[in-house]
Amino acid sequence: MKQSLKLAGPSAAEKEFISRIEEAAETDIKLCYQCGKCTAGCPAAFAMDSPPRQIIRYLQLGLVEEVMGAESIWICATCETCSARCPRGVDIASLMDACRREALAAGKIRDKKVAVFNEAFLNGVKNFGRTYEAGLLLQHNLKTMQPFKDAELGLPMMKRGKVSILPDRIKGRDQVKKIFQRIETMGRE
Amino acid sequence: MPLGYYPGCSGEGSGIEYKMSTEKTAEMLGIELKELEDWNCCGATSAHNTKQLLALALPARNLAIAEQMELKTVLAPCAACFSRHRAAEIKAREDEALRSKIEGIIDMEFKASSHTISVLEWLAQDVGIEKIKEKVKKPLKGMKAACYYGCLLVRPQEYTGFDDNEDPQSMDKIVQATGAQAVDWAYKTECCGAALATSRPEIGAKMIYEVIENAREAGAECIVTACPLCMLNLDMRQAGAEKQYGVSLNMPVYYLTELLALAGGYSQEEVGIPRHFVEAGLYLNTLPAKAAQMEAEEAAKQAKAGKKGAAKAADSEEDTEAKQKKIEAMIKGFQKNPDKMALRLIKDEERAKILAEIVVSDEKKINKLAELMVSDQEKASKAAEAYVNGELKKREK
Amino acid sequence: MVAVAQHPNIELVTYAEVSKISGYIGNFQVQIKKKAKYVDWDACTGCGLCTEKCPTKKLKDEFDLGMGLRPAIHKLFPQAVPGKPYIDAGNCRKLTEDKCGVCEKICPVGAIRFDDQDQYLDYEIGAIVMATGYDLFGWEEAYGEYGYGKYPDVISGLHFERLVSAGGPTQGHIRRPSDGKEPKQVAFIKCVGSRDDTKGKSYCSRACCMYTAKHAYQVKTKIEDSEAYVFYMDVRTAGKNYEEFYQRALNEGATFIRGRVSKIYPKGDKLVLKSEDTLIGRPIEVEVDMVVLATAMVPSQGSLELAKTIGFSTDKDGWYQEAHPKLQPVETFSAGVYLAGACQGPKDIPDSVAQASAAAVKVCGLFSKSELATEPMVSEVDMGKCSGCALCVPICPYNAISLKEIQERGGHGHGPFTRMVAEVNSSLCQGCGACIPACRTAALNLKGYTDEQLVSEVDALCL
Repeated sequence: MKQSLKLAGPSAAEKEFISRIEEAAETDIKLCYQCGKCTAGCPAAFAMDSPPRQIIRYLQLGLVEEVMGAESIWICATCETCSARCPRGVDIASLMDACRREALAAGKIRDKKVAVFNEAFLNGVKNFGRTYEAGLLLQHNLKTMQPFKDAELGLPMMKRGKVSILPDRIKGRDQVKKIFQRIETMGRE
Repeated sequence: MPLGYYPGCSGEGSGIEYKMSTEKTAEMLGIELKELEDWNCCGATSAHNTKQLLALALPARNLAIAEQMELKTVLAPCAACFSRHRAAEIKAREDEALRSKIEGIIDMEFKASSHTISVLEWLAQDVGIEKIKEKVKKPLKGMKAACYYGCLLVRPQEYTGFDDNEDPQSMDKIVQATGAQAVDWAYKTECCGAALATSRPEIGAKMIYEVIENAREAGAECIVTACPLCMLNLDMRQAGAEKQYGVSLNMPVYYLTELLALAGGYSQEEVGIPRHFVEAGLYLNTLPAKAAQMEAEEAAKQAKAGKKGAAKAADSEEDTEAKQKKIEAMIKGFQKNPDKMALRLIKDEERAKILAEIVVSDEKKINKLAELMVSDQEKASKAAEAYVNGELKKREK
Repeated sequence: MVAVAQHPNIELVTYAEVSKISGYIGNFQVQIKKKAKYVDWDACTGCGLCTEKCPTKKLKDEFDLGMGLRPAIHKLFPQAVPGKPYIDAGNCRKLTEDKCGVCEKICPVGAIRFDDQDQYLDYEIGAIVMATGYDLFGWEEAYGEYGYGKYPDVISGLHFERLVSAGGPTQGHIRRPSDGKEPKQVAFIKCVGSRDDTKGKSYCSRACCMYTAKHAYQVKTKIEDSEAYVFYMDVRTAGKNYEEFYQRALNEGATFIRGRVSKIYPKGDKLVLKSEDTLIGRPIEVEVDMVVLATAMVPSQGSLELAKTIGFSTDKDGWYQEAHPKLQPVETFSAGVYLAGACQGPKDIPDSVAQASAAAVKVCGLFSKSELATEPMVSEVDMGKCSGCALCVPICPYNAISLKEIQERGGHGHGPFTRMVAEVNSSLCQGCGACIPACRTAALNLKGYTDEQLVSEVDALCL
């Protein structure tokens, strides 16, 4: 049910959120005049609950909750088509990225599958320095309760020598782990 | 000067054909690839989806290694690796504070002085189309390929700065250099779904399907790409798209470097063709027959045009022959019946008489008038009038 | 136009350019280059035989924007004034290869003159009214998502105008340029190049919303069972009866979709448009037979050079700069030069006519006086200090400074001599002060803001 919105102007926290993501994306959401070209060219818009233009509209009105709860920011593939074609030069793709990071940090994970994929990917990098594709798929399948997802591809991949059971460890993997740790201690960017 | 080389994580895994064929292509072009020592994952999309600083620090470590190895240019065949390294380079160059922050995080000296290039930049700009053409031993004539650029090779333009982002042509030119035909199609730069195809397959399948379908409608018989994730989606997940849409696509997908190495004389095994999911070797085997047919058609066309051209030449030959005959007839006419001929040129009887008188003794004038009468009646009359005027003037004196 | 040509007080000089202008308000010297027409218009009766018989028939007609064909000798368009032809020298066989000459033979009054030359005429002019109009933005270079101009059925609004015009290449029948078939679904996209900071111009081109509504109405009424889709961001119908005009298009069944089009691509012999209906919030796709783009208006070609020649300013987008956006819309900062129509900024016909009337009256007002009052804040040259270096001359954006010769008495052993000094034309000078810092000897001073006055101000405040 779409209730009517009571607009009272953004709160201080909401204003701060918006200026944070604007800084992270190096763009200005006030420029958007809601023409819809971003949604029109977005290859994933068909699967989004709120198309990109609407996300920007929510941000313009300071409706941060709506954005954090949207599936759209998780579906965005960061293909950059929107940013390339926006007549006002708004970097929508970077804004969607920034919103996704904020949502992740706030624990508001609307699309677990995508979040788990990213987490699994980065875990591999943290521990081994490089992507551990087999581990990534395994982790992703298990954590999203899809144990047999892509199972039909597993054996063919192995036959073609395209997947190694064991991870590829680099010598400097401790350095890479430290990179992750240093960033974690830095807290929010 | 060796070229810095960042193979990327998929190189040993799902994108093994890309690594194999890129290395063979470098060998073919006589370029030494120097792999970055102990390189780490660039973070791809997952890093910038999670933490911006992480997304810059991971590639920065690689760039720092490149600087240590004194490698000014680094080739990153994977489009995502290329994009992330460029992002790190550019952002660190623009923001001094950021650069030094990154140095602290990676605990290495990082000057952001190197330049990462994509496979397209490497081949189209650094190597050059002419050099590629020289190395082609087995042209891929008969192939109709749709060059699929995807997203990160052409966008965002601030990072790539190379080739047009709506209708890029660099890959088309490289493919044409191998002898294949690059088909013009509308989905050159439409996203294949990237990681979505793995995390949300039902969304990815639609995007994959649309790319392949559009290529097919445009008349392409295969797709060429320069990104291992695009390859994974279009090749490995083609069956999934076929299932979701209940169609049979049968569209082989190749890496750009596979085609180059094949054109350079390497075997299908050497470049990794048998490892594809969608059968890709049979199509390559049909190319010689297709090429032969194309050549036969071209020869037939030329013969037809040749015949026409020859016919035209014969015509004009006939023309000149006929012309000569006419001129001779005119000359005879002047000799036999100057008065009649003169009247044909000049209406005024008196003047015509004068013309006849002049002409009788003057062979040159007869020839000239005869020629003109055959080609341009107007000019002939004018010339005749001129002769008469001249004569009258003479007589006045 | 015919009334203008026949008016006893108007001399209409067509197929000509302004080659030189000098002088100032009330006293301009204008040189006009009358380009060679190769036809004597005094003799020509406009019968059109030459146009019929010219063998070079297959040249692209510029007036029909390349959609029609014309011969080398032709009338620019059917309603041209004067209604007489000229020869396109670059494509005429006689003028390039000395062959043919059929028109000369055919002409019943012998009006063809292959030896025609450009003529230069000098005029003494009191005031100038600029009315150079507009051109359309070259969208083919900027909009790759619409095909960079390689799809023949994606055309501009002006192309569409030629298609619906009874005197156009299709005699008023709307046809697809690619195959000549009648389109059943036509899409109109507004704001192509306008309101687009990244690829085009930031301004609104003002006339497009109305003419697109007109075009959509024409499609619905001229083609049976047709669909007209108009993709818009806004519908700007601010004039008298404009809103009702737009409503009429809606009532006739035109579908207005609020959303910009992100991509046009071909599918078979149709074109697919990807857009979003922002009012329902869903991405949409439409398949149509033809797409008409309402492209931005830009200043006409050559207008910038003309402004520099005459010596008045243009704004950031190249439009001629009016002296005041509200209070002086038809005057420029250069006295004696007035503006009328789209050269000052995008506008439609009623506004152009209103501006033209205003400019005409301003000129009448000027001519009714024998003296002119100007602002007193003008630059002045102290000839005693002026060294005649002429550094100030090229700096003046209004061409107000020139050198003149003066007599000096001499002394210290040598006799009287002449030298050059700068002189400021007080009717051209606008008091901008750009020349002041250029003067090395401090001979130039701005009246009302002289160096002494400024120093006194500083002294009063600071000491």
